Amino acid sequence: MTRNKSRSLLTGFGVFWGLFMLLFMLGGGNGFKAMMMKNFEGFATNTAILVADRTTKPYKGFQDGRGWSLETGDIERLRRMVPQLDVVTPSLSIWSSSAVREEYSYSDAVVKGIGAEYRQVEEPVLKYGRYLNEMDILQERKVCVIGRRVYDELFPEGGDPCGKYIRAGAIYYQVVGVDFSASNISVNGNSQDAVLIPFPVAQKIYHRGNRIDLICVTGRPGVTLSTLETRIREVIAENHFFDPTDKPALFIIDTEQLFSMVDTLFTGINLLIWLVGLGTILAGAIGVSNIMLVTVKERTIEIGIRRAIGATPRDILSQIMMESVALTSAAGVLGIMFTVACLAVLEKSNPGMPFQIGFWSAILALVLVALLGVVTGLAPATRAMAIKPVDAMRDE
Amino acid sequence: MLIDLKDINKTYNNGQPLHVLKGITLGIEAGEFVSIMGASGSGKSTLLNILGILDNYDTGEYWLDGTLIKNLSERQGADYRNRMIGFIFQSFNLISFKTAVENVELPLFYQGVSRRKRHAMAMEYLDRLGLKDWASHYPNEMSGGQKQRVAIARALITHPRIILADEPTGALDSKTSVEVMDLLAQLNREEKVTMIIVTHDPTVASKTRRTIRIKDGIIEE
Repeated sequence: MTRNKSRSLLTGFGVFWGLFMLLFMLGGGNGFKAMMMKNFEGFATNTAILVADRTTKPYKGFQDGRGWSLETGDIERLRRMVPQLDVVTPSLSIWSSSAVREEYSYSDAVVKGIGAEYRQVEEPVLKYGRYLNEMDILQERKVCVIGRRVYDELFPEGGDPCGKYIRAGAIYYQVVGVDFSASNISVNGNSQDAVLIPFPVAQKIYHRGNRIDLICVTGRPGVTLSTLETRIREVIAENHFFDPTDKPALFIIDTEQLFSMVDTLFTGINLLIWLVGLGTILAGAIGVSNIMLVTVKERTIEIGIRRAIGATPRDILSQIMMESVALTSAAGVLGIMFTVACLAVLEKSNPGMPFQIGFWSAILALVLVALLGVVTGLAPATRAMAIKPVDAMRDE
Repeated sequence: MLIDLKDINKTYNNGQPLHVLKGITLGIEAGEFVSIMGASGSGKSTLLNILGILDNYDTGEYWLDGTLIKNLSERQGADYRNRMIGFIFQSFNLISFKTAVENVELPLFYQGVSRRKRHAMAMEYLDRLGLKDWASHYPNEMSGGQKQRVAIARALITHPRIILADEPTGALDSKTSVEVMDLLAQLNREEKVTMIIVTHDPTVASKTRRTIRIKDGIIEE
């Protein structure tokens, strides 16, 4: 084995590369998943969002294709009639508003009218001040909480903006808080671009009457939102005269389903990683086995000599097995070391993301590879055992 | 009688049956210095293989030191070869990627002797054969005579009762041949090892005390 260094090296490379692929992809997959999940950060996992759409079924004398809107009254109805719901809170957005302060302006702002409970749906990361509260809503105060990008554009000098006024549309609002959430999720406008104002204020200023864009609901702990969907449809449909079985009329996105979709996706990716990784390792192992077979053939004389001077077949078996296990294990250790190094680099460039493989997974991988070495050595070893001591004399 | 062969027959069945040994009956006492001579194809190598338990025979009986050598398992065969018999080959058959001392150690390794002890013993034997300075050299760094002496050391290290040598001088020049033969004769004298040397070289045969001639599978002494 040590005689033929380059060949051993090339042979081991198959196993090395297979293990590297498997572990690297597993680690990378984990990190990628964590990065993906970061996008959902601060968003309640058992949230559903209700949006009104055109009806598709005629109902109670109304034709299909009729438009309707969610209204303020629906909030109270849901609270009363579906007690399993924890938070029921409205949201209405005014897109492409420009927010202005002194000479600074930000034209991509979204003015969002929300209730105080909205913080339980999209959790804010308050850098300055406070969130909108019940009093703001009840007294319809002209106050706002601004998102990260709005703050960066309007207050380039930094510092606490609370108490200062900004203008959105035609109205001035007093800033009461800054939300630094970096979440990429967007419920009718991303929180980084948002100018959050009390929803009754938004309804009045933008002539929405009692209409709202959407209602966000969260379930009480232990409640699965998908089981409440039918009930929610009944409650809303009754108020707006559409068929409760008319699913397109009331669009409901359930984040639980969203999360489970992402989860399924990653389970699939993981499965694929295992399949490809194990396949590569197997191909490498077969390569090792093959080369060992050739080597045994080449070493007929050596093995014959060993047999002639007293090696039992078992001695020969264990010798070949040991070589095979040593070769695959060495390649395995190198593979793991290389993987750990590569993942460390990845982790360094993506701080806070768990790319690295666990210590015990590495140990498990090593044990697996050693076992693989035994299997690999089987064929060459049986071939070597069949060599008779006479062959040493014959093959001169 | 150390070696007692009774009517040994051996036929190779490679396509055409080839009757190589046709009833060999032979006795060799402990401490003898014997040569087996014959032309190529006479069956002398086959006889040596059977004596060395490297090959089996079809009919007859082979008694080695009072034990019938027949239908041995691989394990028993290996054990007898290891403890009773030392081999010297024409082409030395040293393992090329092991040093001289490692080659000499090898039979002890298969006996399960500890590393330290077998190293010490191997060094002792190399020293006796004048190869102490060559202990850490590889076979391809040594001359033919040196290689054969390493092989002799390897054959001797287990204190075998018999040494079987197959054309031990076949790959050596005449001067080294004489040296090697003298060495073997000396070992026979001093260690009382039974020597059986297969050769077709009359000068080699003349160094031994008894010559067995074999022709077409039959002994003609």
